[in-house]
Amino acid sequence: MARRRLRGERMKVLAMTSAVSFSKVSRHFGAVRAVDAVDLVIEPGEFFAMLGPSGSGKTTCLRLIAGFEQPTSGHIEIFGETAEGVPPYRRNVNTVFQDYALFPHMNILDNVAYGLMVKGVSKAERHRLADEALALVKLPGYGARKPGQLSGGQRQRVALARSLVNKPKVLLLDEPLGALDLKLREQMQEELKSLQRKLGITFIFVTHDQGEALSMADRVAVFSEGRIVQAGSPQEIYNRPRTRFVADFVGSSNVITPDAMAKLGGERKWASLRPEAIALAGEGVEARVKATSFLGSATRVSVQAGETALSVMVPAGHPVPEADAMVRLSWKPSDVHYMEGEA
Amino acid sequence: MRSDRGQKAGWPLTLAAAGGIAFLHLPILLIFVYAFTTEEKSFQWPPPGFTTQWFAVAWNRPDVWDALILSLKVASIATAIALVLGTLAAAAVARTQFFGREAISLLVILPIALPGIVTGIALRSAFSLAEIPYSMWTIILGHGTFCVVVVYNNAVARFRRTSSSLIEASMDLGANGFQTFRYVILPNIATALLAGGMLAFALSFDEVIVTTFTGGQQSTLPIWMLQELIRPRQRPVTNVVAVVVVLATFLPILAAYYLTRDTESVAGSGK
Repeated sequence: MARRRLRGERMKVLAMTSAVSFSKVSRHFGAVRAVDAVDLVIEPGEFFAMLGPSGSGKTTCLRLIAGFEQPTSGHIEIFGETAEGVPPYRRNVNTVFQDYALFPHMNILDNVAYGLMVKGVSKAERHRLADEALALVKLPGYGARKPGQLSGGQRQRVALARSLVNKPKVLLLDEPLGALDLKLREQMQEELKSLQRKLGITFIFVTHDQGEALSMADRVAVFSEGRIVQAGSPQEIYNRPRTRFVADFVGSSNVITPDAMAKLGGERKWASLRPEAIALAGEGVEARVKATSFLGSATRVSVQAGETALSVMVPAGHPVPEADAMVRLSWKPSDVHYMEGEA
Repeated sequence: MRSDRGQKAGWPLTLAAAGGIAFLHLPILLIFVYAFTTEEKSFQWPPPGFTTQWFAVAWNRPDVWDALILSLKVASIATAIALVLGTLAAAAVARTQFFGREAISLLVILPIALPGIVTGIALRSAFSLAEIPYSMWTIILGHGTFCVVVVYNNAVARFRRTSSSLIEASMDLGANGFQTFRYVILPNIATALLAGGMLAFALSFDEVIVTTFTGGQQSTLPIWMLQELIRPRQRPVTNVVAVVVVLATFLPILAAYYLTRDTESVAGSGK
């Protein structure tokens, strides 16, 4: 009985220690509030995405965790330890840089072994561990090459191996897939995801690509002007955007003004309505078809209902109206998602 | 893409080019030839005979050795000072933002743009105002003013080409400031420092004007040569020393060129 309670207590303590927590963290550069009173909790083992347009503060948040920036005010904890004033080289956090930042004068093996070398690990041991890390990122036997001899995708894997060999508690990835072409990007998405599951390390990655954030992350924080507008699972962010900004930025969702929504039979509030939730049916709101575009598994139909432009997704196999045809639109009232913000 | 690629230049152009090259380099060749002449009082053309005796004479003259050793000392110490100060200044200007950065950059470069005579006079009056006695160290200070510039220019260019995320990556991987300097910064700027250092050494080694104003009784090698030309005795000894000076300054510059030639891609590939 007592033992059980003890175990329960321990579980509670473990559950309380988050991987990274921000409380009221701000980072100002002169008059610019790059990060403005951000509260954020990232759990251990989470694959967390910071999503936002450039200049929204997401990269500064990442640099605050890495230790390259110090908060102007507020408090940061990494696994329960205060992070302020701790230099980057004393944090159990590693970063995969956007430009990979491989050391050009060292070969791949020495690049990967660098973190171990500065910690004083013997040459044989660090080379063995670096070889292992290279195998983990599917680049075995590349150790003798120089960074200049590798492709962009390979360099990124090396950067990944160089971070992972240090067994960080948190891995930070700054726009990890930004410089790769589409096919490689999709492949790396899968690999990063399975690598994260395999290692159980907390991954935090910064991206401006909503598709990337939604498909890879367990949880997404949407940044705008130095603040987190919404944080939640990809489903929550996509289906229930809290504000117009989130709806605009995250999805191809229809964002409808309060006046238009009232005319369409809803409440006088900002609303979002997903294109796939709208059906072309016999009854409902009348609209004129402006254009159609075939996407393979579906066809996107752009319609004009009064003053409101909407986009409707017609699944493959359903009849697609001609341009300039008049159609009627219907949707379930429960599919309309009302958002915060002034009417 | 030029349409005349592969075609031969016309003879007037060839002649003009050859004339230009000859005008630049024949006088230097004459210096070499006169080092072997048998006529010691005047430079007579054609030389009446050839001998290597002046090399032995030069070898046995203590004043040559004194001047040579002083020059080597001055150039080495001035280069060492320039390497430290030039690198630090370059790091500050290229890596950080601070008030007056552009002004500092200009002030560092200014000494090489100033005529040597202005630098010389300025330093001389400053030394006498501060009642600093003229010595090897005043010469070194004088040379330092322009040696710092060449090191600074080389280092600042390299710093600007080196991606700043390399330093952050090093810190991120657990290296402290010293380790980052030792393992990442220094290897990346080494060839630039080598080139800058060699150039600084060569500039200091054949400097005359600033040395004239900042030196006391002792003579560096170029000053000694200037004094020797006035004396109509053992003139070819001056030429022998000139040959040595040409080689001593030319070889490091050539080496610096070869060392930095292939580093462009290396320095940029971290981007």
